[in-house]
Amino acid sequence: MATPDDTNAAGAGPTRRHVLRSGALVGGSVLASGLAGTQARAATDENLPPNVPEWTRTPGAPTGSPLYGTPSPFETHVVKNISTSLPQYLSAASRTPLQDLDGIITPNGLFYERHHGGVPAIDPAQHRLMLHGLVERPLIFTMDDLRRFPSESRIHFLECSGNPGYKKPYGKTASDLVGLVSCAEWTGVSLKLVLQEAGLQPGAKWVVAEGADAAVMTRSIPIEKCLDDAMLVYSQNGERLRPQQGYPLRLLLPGFEGNMNVKWLRRLHVTAEPVYSREETSKYTDLMPDGTAREFTFFMETKSIITRPSGGQRLTDQGFHEISGLAWSGRGRIKRVEVSVDDGKSWQDAQLQDPVLTRALTRFRFPWRWDGQPALIQSRAVDETGYVQPSLAELLAVRGDNSGYHNNAIWPWRIDADGEVSNALA
Amino acid sequence: MRSHRIMLASVAAIVLAGAAVRAQSPYGIGRPATPAEIAGWNIDIGRDGSNLPPGSGSVSHGREVYQQQCASCHGTDGEGAVGDRLVGGQGTLATAKPVRTVGSYWPYAPTLFDYIRRAMPQNAPQSLNDGDVYAVSAYILNLNGLLPADAILDAKTLAEIKMPNRGMFVDDPRPDVHKPVCTMRC
Repeated sequence: MATPDDTNAAGAGPTRRHVLRSGALVGGSVLASGLAGTQARAATDENLPPNVPEWTRTPGAPTGSPLYGTPSPFETHVVKNISTSLPQYLSAASRTPLQDLDGIITPNGLFYERHHGGVPAIDPAQHRLMLHGLVERPLIFTMDDLRRFPSESRIHFLECSGNPGYKKPYGKTASDLVGLVSCAEWTGVSLKLVLQEAGLQPGAKWVVAEGADAAVMTRSIPIEKCLDDAMLVYSQNGERLRPQQGYPLRLLLPGFEGNMNVKWLRRLHVTAEPVYSREETSKYTDLMPDGTAREFTFFMETKSIITRPSGGQRLTDQGFHEISGLAWSGRGRIKRVEVSVDDGKSWQDAQLQDPVLTRALTRFRFPWRWDGQPALIQSRAVDETGYVQPSLAELLAVRGDNSGYHNNAIWPWRIDADGEVSNALA
Repeated sequence: MRSHRIMLASVAAIVLAGAAVRAQSPYGIGRPATPAEIAGWNIDIGRDGSNLPPGSGSVSHGREVYQQQCASCHGTDGEGAVGDRLVGGQGTLATAKPVRTVGSYWPYAPTLFDYIRRAMPQNAPQSLNDGDVYAVSAYILNLNGLLPADAILDAKTLAEIKMPNRGMFVDDPRPDVHKPVCTMRC
């Protein structure tokens, strides 16, 4: 493996070329980034200049193979992150490999999952959405019906309410730690239009959403959200929803905790008060140190995480590294992200990468030169309401650690003298 | 002739009714949901017990149903295994190791019926009849000391049960963590 000394850009010159030609060094992409990941390494230099690579000297695979595209065989390690030792896999979660992704859009195959009764296989021709309760006209819609409504497409994040919990052990990688967040372009119909189709009666204050899965997931949504930016979604990143994301129909409540965005949506019950389902009383409530529990804790608050460099990665070179990460807020747009590379002693503005969208992941970038010394790097975000992402200590002081939900703490990574990156709070 | 007039009148009425519905529905998409269709799918039970079905079940029958359908995941006495612990934990919520169970944490007893009927047992949801759901609800409440061993549970008695933790739920106070001094341009 390359050491910081033999790849130092300042003095590389002839030495570096010599090493490359001898084939003793790692692949070009690793050299370029100076970040050791899991990229495939060239075994020899036969495909490197001045030689002509083997993939240039023979024709490639036929067009249209395969008919549904898959990632490069050199990227097969970039997959959803799920423990191999869970007691059961029906009510469980898998995480997005945040540290391996760029930009703000999560590929559909890598979108995080949280299911409560497994993933149903629903025939869209036999799926129905029932809308009833405090409405003038109870209605039933087919999927074809719902696609007849005016459509809209918007980019929003989704995040599990417990991402992460407050108790140790904390995750080793960005994915282990906060991989229960993803972001996509969603296409569907405004829930407001569908509710207007049935006509709301006076006294309609809540909408109880129910899934068609084996958990028959049930959550109550305040009518204000339903008439604001809530959507009934049938497509994600341009294609129909994946089964894991609610095919053929899901609710999307931008900025609200993930489980409320009911997948496999089959029923909307307009009511005067919440239904107080098991999920919104005994499960997704936040237990405080005094024994009280907060209920109907909808918003995911402002948060950010550095994804590169992050836990489990290794800096192989001193010198320039771009620090890159993600920020998001359930209450609106990200206004500012600051980065500290000196254990929080000083903070500097990161650059926000366009687009900066409301209730969407926002990519931030910060140029940095690593001097080869141990360092502690972290980011903190501010949203357009002025809310500042808190530290873990500040959260624990108010909430204790019994609640598993809504931990939006600043999370520092430690870089040691060997360039190894690890969770500084673990 | 007379029947012809009646038919014409009926057609006119249907057309008018259709026009009225379309006038109220901006897009005229979807079809009416019938009361029977709604009754088949609407399994929501309010915290006050509203929409609980007829029927009843005893603690003793519930013990039998529980051992057959629930014990393999939730433990013989509700102590938990692969499935959640269901029993005990009263007095632990304000400690470092809170134990959240039906008895210690759930605020409303009718929710127990709602959840068991809609989603349990996990390997065969919605397979129990209403009497069995009342019975197994009764048994779990009995294990938590909230129902006597000879009790029979129905819509009325289930709605009357006052859960111990009912008064401990509060509204969301967030944002609850504020920077003491905003030192930035915010």
